[in-house]
Amino acid sequence: MTRPVKLACRAVWKLYGPHPARLLQSGAPTLDAIRASGHVGAVRDVSLEVGEGEIFVIMGLSGSGKSTLVRCLSRLIEPTAGEILYDGEDLLKASPARMIEIRRHRMGMVFQHFALLPHLTVLENVGFPLEVQGVARPAREARAREVIALVGLQGREGHYPRQLSGGQQQRVGIARSLAVEPDLWFLDEPFSALDPLIRREMQEEFLRIQRQLKKTIVFITHDFDEAIRLADRIAIMKDGALVQVATPEDLVLAPADDYVRAFTAHVARAKVVTLGRIAAPLSGPAPDLALPAEMRVDEAAERIVTENRPVAVTRDGQILGEVTPQAVIAVLIGRQP
Amino acid sequence: MTGAMRGLSALAFLALALLLARASADLPPGLLWPPEALHLPMAGWISAAMAWLTDSAHLGPVSFKDLTRGFAALVEAPYQALRVLLVEGITEGRGRRATVIVPPLSWLAVTVAAVALGHYARNLGLGLIAGALMLYLAVFGQWESAMVTLSSIAIAVPLGVAGGLALGIAAWRWRGVERALAPLLDLMQTVPTFAYLVPVLVLFGFGPVAALLATVIYAMPPMVRVTLLALRAVPSEIMDFAAMAGCTPGQRLRKVMLPVALPDLMVGVNQVIMLSLNMVIIASMIGAGGLGFDVLNALRRLDIGGGIEAGIAITALAVVLDRLGQALAARPGGQLRAVGPWWRRHPRTALVLAVILATTALGYLIPALQIYPKDWQLTTRTFWADLMKAINVNYFDQLEALRAWLLEYLMIPVKRFFLALPWPFVLGLATLAGWRLGGLRLAALALALTGFLAATGLWEQAMTTLYLCGLGVVLAMLIGVPLGVLAASSEAAGKAIGAVIDTLQTLPSFVYLIPVVMLFRVGDFSALIAVVLYALVPAVRYTAHGLRGVAPELVEAAVVCGCTRGQILRKVRLPLAVPMVLLGLNQTILLALSMLVITALVGTRDLGQEVYIALTKADIGRGIVAGLAVAAIAILADRLIGAAAQGARARLEGAA
Ligand SMILES: Nc1ncnc2c1ncn2[C@@H]1O[C@H](COP(=O)(O)OP(=O)(O)O)[C@@H](O)[C@H]1O
Ligand SMILES: [Mg+2]
Repeated sequence: MTRPVKLACRAVWKLYGPHPARLLQSGAPTLDAIRASGHVGAVRDVSLEVGEGEIFVIMGLSGSGKSTLVRCLSRLIEPTAGEILYDGEDLLKASPARMIEIRRHRMGMVFQHFALLPHLTVLENVGFPLEVQGVARPAREARAREVIALVGLQGREGHYPRQLSGGQQQRVGIARSLAVEPDLWFLDEPFSALDPLIRREMQEEFLRIQRQLKKTIVFITHDFDEAIRLADRIAIMKDGALVQVATPEDLVLAPADDYVRAFTAHVARAKVVTLGRIAAPLSGPAPDLALPAEMRVDEAAERIVTENRPVAVTRDGQILGEVTPQAVIAVLIGRQP
Repeated sequence: MTGAMRGLSALAFLALALLLARASADLPPGLLWPPEALHLPMAGWISAAMAWLTDSAHLGPVSFKDLTRGFAALVEAPYQALRVLLVEGITEGRGRRATVIVPPLSWLAVTVAAVALGHYARNLGLGLIAGALMLYLAVFGQWESAMVTLSSIAIAVPLGVAGGLALGIAAWRWRGVERALAPLLDLMQTVPTFAYLVPVLVLFGFGPVAALLATVIYAMPPMVRVTLLALRAVPSEIMDFAAMAGCTPGQRLRKVMLPVALPDLMVGVNQVIMLSLNMVIIASMIGAGGLGFDVLNALRRLDIGGGIEAGIAITALAVVLDRLGQALAARPGGQLRAVGPWWRRHPRTALVLAVILATTALGYLIPALQIYPKDWQLTTRTFWADLMKAINVNYFDQLEALRAWLLEYLMIPVKRFFLALPWPFVLGLATLAGWRLGGLRLAALALALTGFLAATGLWEQAMTTLYLCGLGVVLAMLIGVPLGVLAASSEAAGKAIGAVIDTLQTLPSFVYLIPVVMLFRVGDFSALIAVVLYALVPAVRYTAHGLRGVAPELVEAAVVCGCTRGQILRKVRLPLAVPMVLLGLNQTILLALSMLVITALVGTRDLGQEVYIALTKADIGRGIVAGLAVAAIAILADRLIGAAAQGARARLEGAA
């Protein structure tokens, strides 16, 4: 499953402190060297590639540099060093006018604390990015109504942010970031400020919208469960550096170090392991019931166990092998596959 | 260093000071007050610089004088237009023989407009309050003066707000501007207003425009500060959003930052309104007519009733403007728009216009509609005069005994003590205090400021100022802190005391002088009482605020430990409230100093008097030097106490 690269960054650094640029002149400093010289290494030597239409989740504890990284990617913060390529164009070389152009039409961002303008109604907030571009009122209101409907807030157009619940406010934030139809969508802990139940609901909503729109997404979270539910790939950050970039499944099954293992330890294997991973070679004729290889075990478990016989696993229409009820049960009870 | 050692060293200093004061009779003359040789002729320099500026300075082809004149004309035009609208009407001929062709807006029309504006801004309740206060102006015969004042306020407030906003934005945008502005703002707020009345007077001449500009200068600094703070306080996520939406820097400011900061900015607008009205009386000294002139006049004639009525009228005007401004800013938008003909869509505007037309037209037939008739006016003058007379007749001996006792046993000894302190000792003490509280930098600042005082040649006046101010502040704290404790002790007491304090604060400072002078005649004693009354407010307010701010868990912990109410207060709440109380002390000192300049009117002999004399003689150099001397004392007190408060807070947080 290879996608064309939409957004890439190479060796991006962001150091805070008295002489960040000087520190980098003599090669890459170690974490200890950065700290010893009185600097903070908010982002250290990060390189990554995000494919078109991919949900790329950046996960890490608070203070690990996620917000700084995503702000470097959108150039809200000027990185100390590195390259950021969006559709092959180096953003760090773009002029201010060019950056305004790119942000107006090709990027959207959702914020942890919503960042809604308190003096504008829902309709005006959502239409704001269009207003800034000089779109005439009728056109921008029509577009705003469309996205408001997309996030399920019809009927609230005249409300002010303070009259809405947290979940509703974030729906406005999402609608607003989608109003200009950006290709690239940044979300910085969009659901962290919400109650757990609302958070679940918003995650479903987010997946629904993404199935419809197929944006390229960089999603920040500190919640590993959220990362697993949403991600195509997850990047784990620690002290400003990437520790591991992998699919949820690989992360759980092959953690790069103890730090990652600590995150994955409590995760139910069945939620991340896919049928493709536990498929064995066919033991006889192909079974007539077939399931896709990307399906996660917990979704398929009930059917396979009630069938009580092997089930075929297919990828792109090709039969890959079969999964036995025993293999499913082994995953469910947490035995290593 | 422990608290006990601190206390001991303070005591030792006091003892030393007392000894020195005793011995000073035998001191050689150069040691008591700074010798002539040390005086710098600063007044002369400033006057000369000013003279050069007004007589021969040029900016390109335009002389500085033309520039100021031109600027004055620019301000004058809208002011005159407002006066025509509100006060004079369109007239033909001059002076007594002028005949009115079109009268100004009638009292009825202005009152209805106030009601309509209140209704538009919030609801009918606010409209009725505004209308009632306007009606007060008419009923108590203050109408014409109030409209004169309103004309100048209506120009000064927008100018102050716009200027403050522009400077604040510039300071936010460029650090250099911020650095340059900070000390200037400090000075503008600490130099007594009288002091810069003088240069304004020289540059713009005696008259309403000079008064207007002085008002703007006085009222603008808080707006600058508030703007800077408000822009800084815009959440960083909102700033990020503005960038991500592709705002240009101008769009970001206009469409995002200013609207988001609006609630905070309104605090600044409120300050500008309040300070402008505070300035009304002082500005009348250089030619602003209106209510301020009435108060000043009443004060000169010792007409207590007249002074209080005009003073309350200023307060009424302040309340109306403030409430309407706040409500307009908080007005929820996006209401349904009415449809139909013009007068249906704008019923309030239509109503006001109708009333204006009707009263103007009918006013030719029935003058009562145009000008509130004299026969319907009420006055409380005789009541106040009788009250004063009654007090004076019945309690003269007691009042006089109180005055004599306090003068003899408190004020005169303290004054002697201050005047007998040798100046090198004061210099050393200030420097030492600066060093102990804030390190070398503060010590250097204290040395420089005290040295400046010595070099002005105004040492005696400065010491007199210190004595009056110090005594006023001590008394204000002695009365104010217990009141603050009381206010924080129960909700009812808090409400009652809060109401009294709010009223005290909105009364223009001059109004305090009137009853005091009526009871105690002119002199230091009256000045002291006025200072205490005026400076009391922050002492009460900050104490109460500090006590209320103590974390409830700490109080609960004390209760669980079995503390009595008294113990909780003494051992937990008061110590934790110390930084707040110190801030209150700071404000009290600043207010006392600003009041001292006003009490010069009742014949004190301090720096305030020096400024006042300079004003009456239009002596720029003398006025500014004396004003800077007051500012030096204010800044010194502010920094020393600020450092002490910070130290106290650091100790508390370090311990926590
Ligand atoms: N403007 C700044 N100046 C100094 N340090 C900063 C600044 N912004 C962030 N940091 C530091 O960089 C690190 C990463 O912060 P952040 O990206 O906000 O983390 P996260 O979003 O993962 O919680 C933290 O240690 C933070 O203290
Ligand atoms: Mg963050």
